[in-house]
Amino acid sequence: MSVMFSLAEPTSTWYLVLSAVLFGIGTIGVMVRRNPLIMFMCIELMLNAVNLSFVALSSQIANIDGQVVVFFVLVVAAAEVVVGLGIIVSIMRRRTTLTVDDMSGLKG
Amino acid sequence: MELFVFVVAAAMVLVGALGVVTRSNPVHAAMSLVLTLFGIAVMFVSHNAHFLAAVQVIVYAGAIVVLFLFVIMLLGVDKAEDLSVEPITNQRPLAVIIGAGISAIVIAAIVSSRAGLGPSGKGLNETTIESPDANIRQLARVIFSDNVFAFELTSVLLLVAVIGTVVMARKTKSVGTGK
Amino acid sequence: MLDLVWLIPALPLAGFLLILLFGRILGEPRAGILATLMTASSFLVVVGVYFDLLSRTAEERHHVVTLFSWLPVGSLQVDMALLADPLSITMALFVTGIGSLIHLYAIGYMHGDPKFSKFFLYLNLFVFSMLMLVLGENLLVTFLGWEGVGACSYFLISFWHTRDSAATAGKKAFVTNRVGDWGMMVAMFLAFSSVGTLSYAGINAAADGGKLAAVTATGIAMMLFVGACGKSAQLPLYIWLPDAMEGPTPVSALIHAATMVTSGVFLLTRMAPVLHASYPWAGDVIATVGALTALFAATIAVAQTDIKKVLAYSTVSQLGFMFLAIGSGAYVAAIFHMVTHAFFKALLFLGSGSVIHGMHHEQDMRKMGALRKLMPITGFTFIIGWLAIAGIPPFAGFWSKDEVLLYAFANNRLLWLIGVITALLTAYYMTRQVIMVFFGEARWNDHAEENGAHGDHTPHESPWTMVTPLVILAGLSIVGGAMQLPFSKSTHFLEHWLEPVVHHSEVSISGTWAYSNKWLLLVVAIIIAVAGVVASIAVYAKGKFKAIEPKILADAWRYDSAVSAIVGGPGRAAFGGVAAFDAKIVDGAVNGIGTEVRAASGLLRKVQSGLVRSYAFVIGLGAVVLLAWFLLRGIL
Repeated sequence: MSVMFSLAEPTSTWYLVLSAVLFGIGTIGVMVRRNPLIMFMCIELMLNAVNLSFVALSSQIANIDGQVVVFFVLVVAAAEVVVGLGIIVSIMRRRTTLTVDDMSGLKG
Repeated sequence: MELFVFVVAAAMVLVGALGVVTRSNPVHAAMSLVLTLFGIAVMFVSHNAHFLAAVQVIVYAGAIVVLFLFVIMLLGVDKAEDLSVEPITNQRPLAVIIGAGISAIVIAAIVSSRAGLGPSGKGLNETTIESPDANIRQLARVIFSDNVFAFELTSVLLLVAVIGTVVMARKTKSVGTGK
Repeated sequence: MLDLVWLIPALPLAGFLLILLFGRILGEPRAGILATLMTASSFLVVVGVYFDLLSRTAEERHHVVTLFSWLPVGSLQVDMALLADPLSITMALFVTGIGSLIHLYAIGYMHGDPKFSKFFLYLNLFVFSMLMLVLGENLLVTFLGWEGVGACSYFLISFWHTRDSAATAGKKAFVTNRVGDWGMMVAMFLAFSSVGTLSYAGINAAADGGKLAAVTATGIAMMLFVGACGKSAQLPLYIWLPDAMEGPTPVSALIHAATMVTSGVFLLTRMAPVLHASYPWAGDVIATVGALTALFAATIAVAQTDIKKVLAYSTVSQLGFMFLAIGSGAYVAAIFHMVTHAFFKALLFLGSGSVIHGMHHEQDMRKMGALRKLMPITGFTFIIGWLAIAGIPPFAGFWSKDEVLLYAFANNRLLWLIGVITALLTAYYMTRQVIMVFFGEARWNDHAEENGAHGDHTPHESPWTMVTPLVILAGLSIVGGAMQLPFSKSTHFLEHWLEPVVHHSEVSISGTWAYSNKWLLLVVAIIIAVAGVVASIAVYAKGKFKAIEPKILADAWRYDSAVSAIVGGPGRAAFGGVAAFDAKIVDGAVNGIGTEVRAASGLLRKVQSGLVRSYAFVIGLGAVVLLAWFLLRGIL
């Protein structure tokens, strides 16, 4: 079995490609979904894709700074989620059936 | 062995991602997100970023997704949205094109530049039996010496975010004027 | 004393300002007395300056007083400067002198008018503008005065503005003058662009020194003549002068007899070197227009029935004589005739005003007659004025008219002939006027009921304020000819006086047939004048022949209606076209831009759909484009 699986080593390129695909899926999700909470979750997907690519590159070029960046991204993502959910809560307190399309008050 | 881990983790990530995008029930979507986050954590471990993997699980999957679920349950938005209609014309095909385009471009960039990336840093301290906390040590050393300013700023940021959200989301005294 | 030249216009200006502020408080007659005093003191200053100039040698009689730098704009340097030289002081003398007499007269004439002080306000402003015109050191100061007298003419003609005819006459005068002003402005532009300065000294020096091309000089001279046609009422712009009789008689006397209408003659004399440097046909054009105008107006005057209209057409005719002189190169003769004309025409106008006043504002000559007994002083002075204008020696008009005709003969026999016929007609219609007004039967009683007889309808003599100027002017009309007597060179006082100004440009007729036979021409002039008087007496006093007064002459050859038809018909259509062009194309372009921007923004508005997902799509699209570009450029 180890012979079979030693056919190919997943190089960092594979991880980077995966992160690109994950990012694309996240983008599609933001544009397609209408529930604000699920749109938010898709944004989290995109952030995670970026985290993955940082870690992969950090191990490839043997520099700890990539992991430091991921650390901070995590902190900021947490803060962002807090604020974002606070906004969603204040908007959707009245009516819970709102979708993003209904919040088009900035229509010119 | 690495390949096996990669394939499994990748499958978790992709299935979870597709689940977030396609599931109509928000709670199911949140669960799919957790699956994705776990997959990412596994990949962190395979890159010897043990601390980050732990933080990912604790903060992301443990706190953030729980927060999501709180809001879903609190507001009662767990009713499914109707995914069969798309009010904006051509949004779905165009979104797929855009997403695929971004992925394709980034992949092209990656492929074209993979030769130029060689080891250039000081090196990662591997976690071994002898020094089980080598990674966290190195990480801590860098954060608290070179990046201590950023560290302090992010802690302030967290504080500001929390205070701001509390102020913003509380119910106003006169219910009639609040929006 | 010469440095006090600025006082000359400053005094009437002060009078204007004082009446402007305190006119209503001063009231009648103090406002009038103030205005008269201001003009009279200005006259005294002019006399002082005159004697100061006399004490200098001929070359030094050229003094410039610069008050301040008016327009220092790059290469255009124009100062507010006054020039005291023989020509300007001559003009200033009779402007202020006759002006003061007319101010005095107006105190009596405007008695009882509710707008008494306003009248003197405008009169003083007019005197100020006229003095700026004649004393100006450069074309722009003269233009300031030029426009000022035009404006004052408008104010004063339409003084009784509640009368439609008066308001219309004022507008007509202003608009017609404007056409002339355009000519003067073009002349100024030409002068500046070719010489680089607007001062008379500069332009005349360039013209004398040969630096002015004949083409440019002709252009300037012709444009100045256009301006002069407007101000001095020559063909084709004379139409405003007869209508200007709507104004009060002092206005007609001051502005439309003695001063404003002579500004054209003054201007051309001032720019004599330029005219001298032009092509010869320029002078011929001026002389021809002048002669034709003289004849044209004289024919019309023969058939007029309004006492002031006769004098108005007579003014146009005499101005034509002055331009005939200028065109023939006889600047001294033109100035001579201008001065004597000022004397006797002002006298005649004031006399007619006295008649109108005494007849309780009746102006139709057919309703007058036999006034000599009832208005003796008016009648006597009017007769002196009549003899002067008819050209009977030794009165002033004879000498000046003879000078003009002499130079005209030396220049062009045909124009001389036209001048002679005009002189004949002048004698004829003036005699007619005198007979109709002062002699013959008293016809005013026949129409007593028409005039709304209010008590005593008998005409009466005018008060002393009105009669005194008449007497003074009559005296001047008798002796005024002494300025330039043709007997010998030593009696050519005016010519010597004006020599510094016009000596380069004055035509010399010493060797011509006309000069050798000037006594013959003098006798011819006397015979013509006497013939005209005798013919008129035969027709109107003795009734031997039937009076020839065709309707077409009374209608002024229907010139006015022709102008109205042209301007009102095709003219209005053309102007309508221009107005339509402006409204549709020019305004349309500007408004069109606004409409287009609105339409474009209306389209662009649709981008702001308010939908977050559309915005997200656009962000994603932008990111894809940017990344693709980076990738293609090899940066990624």
